[in-house]
Amino acid sequence: MELVEAIILSVLAASTPLLIAATGELVTERSGVLNLGVEGMMIVGAACGFGGAWLTGSITLGALCGMAAGTLLSLIFAMMTLGLAVNQVATGLALTILGIGLSGLIGAGFVGERITTAPHLYIPGLTDIPLAGRILFGEDAFVYLSLALIVGVWWFLYQTRAGLILRACGDNHVSAHALGYPVLRIRMLAVMFGGACAGLAGAYLPLAYTPFFIPGMTAGRGWIALALVVFASWKPARLVVGAYLFGAVTILQLHAQGAGIGIPSQFMSALPYLATVIVLVLLSRARTGGSTAPAALGTVFVPDR
Amino acid sequence: MRKTFLAAAATLLLAAGIGSGVSSGALAADKLKVGFIYLGPVGDLGWTYQHELARQALVKEFGDKIETTYLENVPEGPDAERAVEQLVRAGNKLIFTTSFGYMDPTLKVAKKYPNVHFEHCSGYKRDKNMSTYSARWYQGRYIQGQIAAKMSKAGTLGYIGSFPIPEVVSGINATMIGAQSVTPNIKVKIIWVNTWFDPGKEADAAKALLDQGADIIMQHTDSPAAMQIANERGKLAFGQDSEMIKFGPKAQLTSILDTWAPYYIARVKAEMDGTWKQEDTWGGLDSKMFEMAPYTNMPDEVKKMAEDTQAAITAGKLLPFKCPVMGQDGKEVECKAGDHLDDGQILGMNFYVKGIDDKMPGK
Repeated sequence: MELVEAIILSVLAASTPLLIAATGELVTERSGVLNLGVEGMMIVGAACGFGGAWLTGSITLGALCGMAAGTLLSLIFAMMTLGLAVNQVATGLALTILGIGLSGLIGAGFVGERITTAPHLYIPGLTDIPLAGRILFGEDAFVYLSLALIVGVWWFLYQTRAGLILRACGDNHVSAHALGYPVLRIRMLAVMFGGACAGLAGAYLPLAYTPFFIPGMTAGRGWIALALVVFASWKPARLVVGAYLFGAVTILQLHAQGAGIGIPSQFMSALPYLATVIVLVLLSRARTGGSTAPAALGTVFVPDR
Repeated sequence: MRKTFLAAAATLLLAAGIGSGVSSGALAADKLKVGFIYLGPVGDLGWTYQHELARQALVKEFGDKIETTYLENVPEGPDAERAVEQLVRAGNKLIFTTSFGYMDPTLKVAKKYPNVHFEHCSGYKRDKNMSTYSARWYQGRYIQGQIAAKMSKAGTLGYIGSFPIPEVVSGINATMIGAQSVTPNIKVKIIWVNTWFDPGKEADAAKALLDQGADIIMQHTDSPAAMQIANERGKLAFGQDSEMIKFGPKAQLTSILDTWAPYYIARVKAEMDGTWKQEDTWGGLDSKMFEMAPYTNMPDEVKKMAEDTQAAITAGKLLPFKCPVMGQDGKEVECKAGDHLDDGQILGMNFYVKGIDDKMPGK
């Protein structure tokens, strides 16, 4: 039973950065913008998040620094793709390269420094409940925040007028523009939200996961977040399932190896990705007609003046 | 407005895209130029960092008689060839390429420029102007195995492997042979993460090993994440490549430290004297190709045992792969060097020794 609890706790921690980053990218893509720079925004968020926490001694301020850094970087992307109508794919890739370089530069000053990790919640009585207690009431705040975030995004996208308008921009920017909605401004806000989330997801790594900063520490998690958005077919509920599924397969394969189950480790390491592909195939088979991607995703919009 | 913005964006991209650093300033014709190719960033706190420390030691040793240049974050493969060639064109006469995957690119460039000398780390291909160098880290692993067996209460060690290549496998085997010399029925759990560097995944692997009952963490990956997890949970661990005590003040037992400085200094000196020759160096504790970090977080008697073992290995009295070496299948491994396995057998090791209750991936 203790092992089960330990595994679930590890899965929660492993899935949280993916979920946060993917949530942001989901909103960005729902507005019709494809930002492939998640990895770059994440790593800069990690560097600034760690730097902020190290300088101020506050995890919260660190997280805010990470979010601010991610947002700033996403603004560069917004200016290029929305302001200058540059190709989104190319700009996103450039943003990742920029972010990786920039994070090394920012982080150079505090490589090798240590901070204390984000505290885990402790609610007397509740946290002590066997098994469920530590999972539901005993993780760090980011874990619960990420779930609140995705619920909030779901509510925003499907229950509010603003969310409807955002989705309209993603599906048909010409019509949205004709109706008088400021497509570019809405997209810019969506891109900034994506940047803030990626920054927060990046900051989660040094603040709660492995409390130090090393260049390249995101190790491809931004790309996985991007894949998760497609996996979830741009739907928030599926995103939660996808993120936890991915985290669970990642952790379980480690445990399977430790337990000496004789499956080649290379295959085990590929399992999370295989699971993603399989679910994608199943989803696309079950789908009733048409793609679920926002229709205007990745297309440049230049309003006529 | 649009123009200034474009210019600003271009500058930013340029500033971030080029990950190269050039140290020391003035150019003089009589200075020896020495170049380095690094796999990771200099701040990785592991593999590349140790090479960078050695480069700094060179600068300290020779001062303005040499000029050093390094290129960091150079991916293994075709890009490496361009990077090496770039260093040649910039006038470097001695070039260190510090990762296994630079082997073929280095060889190609070496054939093209016979007047430049190359030093490739941890490979096996050589040419008249290309040497190789590496360290017998398995000697350190043997010591670690003994310490681990003494310190483990559970009798189970946790081992995080990167890739199942001979260097890592020989490390696991040396660890087990060392551990078995203390506790014959010691157990080991092995998790392969299939990466050299992913702090999150390394931490996850460490958690999984501890959750499954191991109480000592050993790693053959590069980040201090596993050390930190052990420290957090009040368990013990060994560092890798560099000093990690900062990340595990209550956890680190010792660490294998890559100390390239003596070798680099010797080679640069040879280059300056005109005595540089192609060589194949595989140094151990005796030639200080690596060192052991101070033995910490252990009782005096364990420390003494470790120091004695280290002294015996250094003196050549103790060979970790002394025959008989029993394979996993219970059969004795052929003894090609009389009383111990020969270098070829260690460099190409692709079997587990007896006592490892696991299957090697891909076997």
